[in-house]
Amino acid sequence: MVISIASGKGGTGKTTIATSLALSLGEVQFLDCDVEEPNAYIFLKPHLTKRISVGIPVPKVDELKCTFCRKCAEVCEFNAIVVIKKKVLIFPELCHGCGGCSYICPEKAIKEVERSIGVIEKGTSGKIDFVHGVLNVGEPMAPPLIRQVKQCITNKYKSVIIDASPGTSCPVVEAVKGSDFCLLVTEPTPFGLNDLTLAVEMLKKLTIPCGVVINCADIGDDEVPKYCEREGIPILMTIPWDRRIAAAYSTGIPLVEAFPEYRNRFSQLYENILERVR
Amino acid sequence: MKQFTVISGKGGTGKTTIAAALATISDSHVLADCDVDAADLHLILDPTVDKSEEFHGGKTACINTEKCTQCDECIKRCRFDAIQNYTVDAISCEGCGVCVHACPQGAISMQRHVSGQWFISHTRAGYMVHAKLGIAEENSGKLVTLVRQQAKLIAEKEHKHYVIIDGPPGIGCPVIAAITGVDLLLAVTEPTLSGIHDLERVVGVAQHFNVPVMVCVNKYDINPLNASKIEEFCGKNGMEIAGKIPYDKNVTKAMVNKKSVIEYPCGAVTEEVTRVWGKMSQRLKNL
Repeated sequence: MVISIASGKGGTGKTTIATSLALSLGEVQFLDCDVEEPNAYIFLKPHLTKRISVGIPVPKVDELKCTFCRKCAEVCEFNAIVVIKKKVLIFPELCHGCGGCSYICPEKAIKEVERSIGVIEKGTSGKIDFVHGVLNVGEPMAPPLIRQVKQCITNKYKSVIIDASPGTSCPVVEAVKGSDFCLLVTEPTPFGLNDLTLAVEMLKKLTIPCGVVINCADIGDDEVPKYCEREGIPILMTIPWDRRIAAAYSTGIPLVEAFPEYRNRFSQLYENILERVR
Repeated sequence: MKQFTVISGKGGTGKTTIAAALATISDSHVLADCDVDAADLHLILDPTVDKSEEFHGGKTACINTEKCTQCDECIKRCRFDAIQNYTVDAISCEGCGVCVHACPQGAISMQRHVSGQWFISHTRAGYMVHAKLGIAEENSGKLVTLVRQQAKLIAEKEHKHYVIIDGPPGIGCPVIAAITGVDLLLAVTEPTLSGIHDLERVVGVAQHFNVPVMVCVNKYDINPLNASKIEEFCGKNGMEIAGKIPYDKNVTKAMVNKKSVIEYPCGAVTEEVTRVWGKMSQRLKNL
């Protein structure tokens, strides 16, 4: 079973929930798909054993074969290749790696070379199999790296936990796509509710069932529970605001380690999800 | 006219709260909400929409089933696994159009679709340009660029001093679109290991694009030791600390009441954010 953790709004506690769920279950695979700002390693402190460079294929033109017919530039939807007189200009950071230019070139003058966009690091944290992607600083395109991180999913484990980035656009869609269940972590504030609503809409479009975790449950107002009731979305866990929880988080201590009484609640949360997926 | 963007790397550190506060102190600006896939600024500033336009982002492939002979050429060529059972999964389709060229029957065409909306509004804190990216849509970077262009046009026309940009979290394409070419960045962080890690990465992006950064530590009293580590990091990298804001439950109350932390008294928070603006406006003047 693949469970993804998403939120819409940032900073609501995705990584707290994802890491504590993994630690409570023990033998799981954990994928940090927030490749722009991967933080789960701070809490899981994995022993990293493998580092793989990830790239996307970008065109390289053999100017001896090229007749400057411009077909490559015409086919490229992303303006990543431009032909000016007897010169082909390539803008690798605009290239999506679709292979259109090399496919269309009548002279077979374009081959593809790999451009690095980030790395995947793998390791273990106790019984947890840990994988995360780290996007290169300055690199705009996260989804191809997220796709590669998800390629690491094995069926050796009964469960896979995916930590997604905030928001509702392509990186989040890429991370949660194909999950059996998505946990949406929110806080009971106007911002939390607005972004939760957007995340729920996204999951509807992807036809992924979801449940909500309300973090800092005693701040703000009661609009989030009301919304969940109206929409028939189960609230699977609530966590109060507690300065001690915030302090533990700030030093990289996972919730279930600072407060072991939460371990049982996370196991129950998992059982609850399992039942809903069945 | 100067432009600045509020960013953070990590989500939920208080970007929008601070952007809204700055907008209720400054009296000569246009606001641009560039967190287009989870925009929240409108929840505080309650805009009245004067103009609403459709945003046409990318294209999606569409297969004409009458012409399709199920030869599988498109499936073989698509690198995004977007074609299953001879239909296009719009969510996976990257819009590259390779399938159109691969199809020997000419059965595939690219169709442009509405992938969001953008708005020009007025609020009690001045003009605001904002947007709503469609659910699970792509091209957030393009929409961010469009929102910024519109905000800049209005600021120039109305002779405003600033464009205040509320940026998205992360370091990817919409963040790059929100920071390239601005005069200054305000990076809002929190004294947590995650906050520090994410600040370092987003500062890396700022340096990559050569934009100066000021740093604001929010909820600094949650972990004063980490807060001083942030100050140390800023010192080493020649970044000025714009302010250190304490944790206060009234900040949430202000949000629930649809008020900025300037309009809804939050004690030391209100005072410190006012000082942040003082330092920022001074810096912007000297740039």
